[in-house]
Amino acid sequence: MRYLPLTDTDRSAMLEVIGVSSIEDLFTDVPEAARRSGPIADLPGHASEMAVERHMATLAAKNLAAGAAPFFLGAGAYRHHVPASVDHLIQRGEFLTSYTPYQPEIAQGMLQVLFEFQTQVAGLYGCEVANASMYDGSTACWEAVSMARRITRRDKAVLSSGLHPHYASVVRTMARFTADEVSYALPSLSPETDLETLAAAIGEDTSCVVVQYPDILGRIDDLAPLAEAAHARGALLVVVVTEPVALGAMRSPGEMGSDIVVGEGQALGVGLQFGGPYLGLFATREKFVRQMPGRLCGETVDAEGKRGFVLTLSTREQHIRREKATSNICTNSGLCALAFSIHMTLLGEKGLRALAQVNHANACAAAERLTRVPGVELVTPRFFNEFTLRLPCETRPVVRALAERGVLAGVSLGRLYPDGEGRENGLVVAVTETVTPEDVEVYASAIEEVLA
Amino acid sequence: MTINPSGWRPEMGAAEAATSATWTGNRALMLEEPLIFEIAGTDTTGVDFEQFLPELARGGGSREATGGGVSPLHPSTTASGSGLPPRDKLGEDRLAGLQRSAPIGLPGLSEPEAVRHYTRLSRQNYAIDLGLFPLGSCTMKHNPRLNEKVARLPGFADLHPLAPVDTVQGALEVIHQLGHWLVILCGMHSVAMSPKAGAHGELCGILAIRAALEAKGEGHRKTILVPESAHGTNPATAAFAGYTAGTIAVTPDGRVDLAALEARLGPDVAGVMITNPNTCGLFERDMKAISDAVHAAGGYVYCDGANFNAIVGRVRPGDLGVDAMHINLHKTFSTPHGGGGPGSGPVVFSEALSPFAPLPFVEKTADGAFRLVEEETVAYGHSDSFGRMTAFHGQMGMFTRALAYILSHGADGLRQVSGDAVLNANYLLRRLEDLLDAPFAASGPCMHEALFSDKGFAEGISTLDVAKALIDEGFHPMTVYFPLVVHGAMLVEPTETESKATLDQFVGAMRHVAERARAGDESLRSCPVEAPRRRLDETRAARQPQLVWRDRELK
Amino acid sequence: MTRYFTAEHEWIDADGDTATVGITDHAQSQLGDIVFIEVPKPGVVLAKGGEAAVVESVKAASDVYSPIGGTVTEGNTAIEDDPALVNADAEGAGWFFKLTIADTGELDGLMDEAAYRDFVDSLA
Repeated sequence: MRYLPLTDTDRSAMLEVIGVSSIEDLFTDVPEAARRSGPIADLPGHASEMAVERHMATLAAKNLAAGAAPFFLGAGAYRHHVPASVDHLIQRGEFLTSYTPYQPEIAQGMLQVLFEFQTQVAGLYGCEVANASMYDGSTACWEAVSMARRITRRDKAVLSSGLHPHYASVVRTMARFTADEVSYALPSLSPETDLETLAAAIGEDTSCVVVQYPDILGRIDDLAPLAEAAHARGALLVVVVTEPVALGAMRSPGEMGSDIVVGEGQALGVGLQFGGPYLGLFATREKFVRQMPGRLCGETVDAEGKRGFVLTLSTREQHIRREKATSNICTNSGLCALAFSIHMTLLGEKGLRALAQVNHANACAAAERLTRVPGVELVTPRFFNEFTLRLPCETRPVVRALAERGVLAGVSLGRLYPDGEGRENGLVVAVTETVTPEDVEVYASAIEEVLA
Repeated sequence: MTINPSGWRPEMGAAEAATSATWTGNRALMLEEPLIFEIAGTDTTGVDFEQFLPELARGGGSREATGGGVSPLHPSTTASGSGLPPRDKLGEDRLAGLQRSAPIGLPGLSEPEAVRHYTRLSRQNYAIDLGLFPLGSCTMKHNPRLNEKVARLPGFADLHPLAPVDTVQGALEVIHQLGHWLVILCGMHSVAMSPKAGAHGELCGILAIRAALEAKGEGHRKTILVPESAHGTNPATAAFAGYTAGTIAVTPDGRVDLAALEARLGPDVAGVMITNPNTCGLFERDMKAISDAVHAAGGYVYCDGANFNAIVGRVRPGDLGVDAMHINLHKTFSTPHGGGGPGSGPVVFSEALSPFAPLPFVEKTADGAFRLVEEETVAYGHSDSFGRMTAFHGQMGMFTRALAYILSHGADGLRQVSGDAVLNANYLLRRLEDLLDAPFAASGPCMHEALFSDKGFAEGISTLDVAKALIDEGFHPMTVYFPLVVHGAMLVEPTETESKATLDQFVGAMRHVAERARAGDESLRSCPVEAPRRRLDETRAARQPQLVWRDRELK
Repeated sequence: MTRYFTAEHEWIDADGDTATVGITDHAQSQLGDIVFIEVPKPGVVLAKGGEAAVVESVKAASDVYSPIGGTVTEGNTAIEDDPALVNADAEGAGWFFKLTIADTGELDGLMDEAAYRDFVDSLA
């Protein structure tokens, strides 16, 4: 077995030192009835590296990779070009195979990265502090609602209909068990968001109002009035950002008065990966720091006065606070945070602005071209790099037909909202810097054919 | 007040202010590296872009590359200026007047500078690739590179989770195959693959228990019992799920007190959370009896699977009456720890809890195709699911890695894994027990980890000092101050991927440090002296939290 | 004015029907460097043995219980601003809160200084 260094000679020598005759003897505490006498049945034996590679490659070949077709999917996960050096750097063994930096003297590498990452996230989101990452955007969203409850001591959360339905589903699932009352309505296929109804729904017992920016249909709103409405009634504004590149072109949620900003960082550095592992981003006001979930990295000095970094404010966390912890989260998304941070560093301010501008310009061009196809209507006139089209029929079969023609056309709202009511004719289309004019032309011709 | 049950009290030790022998402060290959905010400005970028002007979508015009030196705010001359607005004005009306006006303040580096920055930082990190990482309960085994290779196949890595299901059948098959392995290895009925990490999986298991009880009209049960040796995540999870955590005592031989548990069970108990093997590194001999007692009292059994590496391929938790168990793919199944994450925490379920498993999950249809059960199909036979725990489907990148690992070992290899893991831990136990107090060494073998206490150390020398001295010896310290039931606990888990030579070197170093501790060697209190940093002032970091770079302009 | 001690390592100075409460020097040395403290606000009603305050060190979080029942008149915000004060002078300037005693009979059964010292020795 190629990963097991012990030889039989080693094993014999060690058993002798221990004073037993076989490895089996070390399992005496396991009741006979529970001890399997041999390898568990119905499972194959070990396989060579070549055989495993072949098996996995066969499975991979059954999938249509995004890079192999014109690709226009978004809805919470975005395909961006990740510079080649990112993947090489995260595969350095000192990063890849290191652990949570609990012994800071020999983990300054990871700790400094986390400090840089926290600063980048806080800056991007327009907030004072950020943590060292959560599992993903959806669980970060739930944790924000939970944090709002702790801060305001109220238990009614108002969710915008523009929030990603998976995120809303996670919040509603968790709220069942924490007795938070969650109000949430499904979005309408229209250019207007529910911003005004949301503001009206905030009461004296509201802990927070949660909005997504840009929202699930790609729509964007000025959130400053909503922040004011929330604060006037003692509630918090939680903003969810699923596409961080948008903030390279648009005002940040923090600037608009958001109290907690959470989101998905997958777009930078991480890749699509069929849904995970992803990267939860979490930022807030400095005064709320002790209510934040997740790990935090802080600056300090060592015994010789040299600057260094450590995990800090650990008493919020479950391994110390146990049942009074701010969350039960243990792991963060370390390697993904590293990838995000490296990508952000390579981009810099200048590159992020350029990237955002290219995304937006490409999306505008694509929207313009696609709406010249008969029957295709643009529902959302204002967007960043993702917009919604209305087709004259249900879009799920159209998406499947386009996939058969080798075009990954977008996400059908019928898939996200299976209960109909008009949404099933909606199609969410994302256009990033990876989309070429040829891709757009192929898409336009194909959809024209399918709709005819 | 309950004062500091673990006894962990960081102390800085003595050191003079550093005076550098070199001008740079570097020491040959030990290189100091500033923050990006100190070495980079907002004017540099290491990425180039292409931009396709709208006219190209109409089938004409030229393509331009925008290099790093061109500011997006200054339109440059284009070859075809056919009445189009300047590049930066394109689509401006579509941003609803929400354009960013103020700079963010993000620094950028060229590629060579970025590669150097992160390479230098990586060299200040200990890792499994460098040496033994004997962290009890963490299972720091070798992370195979085949895993990395297969995870990066475009047919896995470059897939969108919401792509039409027909275009991702191979990916769904990976999830299904891995799930099948986990169910068979554990002797359970079904598996939820979506939880993102161990603690998330723990939450999944407890929420399924709660859903099951509510479905039976037993929602009034408000207590979950947890042994006093449990990891803090357990009571935190129970509290999060709306339960009160009650404590079960641990006997002098380190196991759950079955009699005390039986006495405590009643109509208010929803279930128990048992780690097996437990946090003292011992197998819970009474596990089946515990499960039977809990079931008889109307509750469910959650098993914390963090220590599964001790029994994988040899013992099936299903045979011990477990109803739900999370598995840490990043522990037992070798997916990389990545400096703190990401993890993956699938949960195996008994038949009783299976109907309540969260969405989404993968099913194989009668004609051999794979389908994804998301909210919409929940009505078709999955209406009892307690809901959704995360967006999308789970940690696919970890599934491919874990599946490659499992296929490589097979049933026979996995059996050898637990055998060697337990062998290695017992070897360390017996070679150290004369110098380090091992509270349970006399009662029989340990499982995959050995537990020591600070009994025998001279006055003023702590477990922390011993850990820091090990750093100088070139090892990452073992888990310290956990479990809480032993004073100054040191929990050592070598794993099966360590050679005898490495173990012997570790034993030598550990014995050397232990002798110094027993002799009262004061210099231990200033360790480490050889690492890139001396002990860090954690008090200052907590009293005056500095979580972002100070000079950053706030927007 | 007499000072009493609890087995939970709190001290209480009782003067008629007002009292001052803090944690003992032994407690602060066991905790290590204290990094965060939360004291109760005036008007809060405490029960004997009820959770009154929170004190955190780098690696531990502990609840401080009230030795007797009563109504808080003042919380020592100085130690919230500078937790190190409790390490420096736990049994003096590092007091936690003052309260109006509900029932002075609840002081019975608390230890005096000598008894507390014996108690701490027995823990070693």
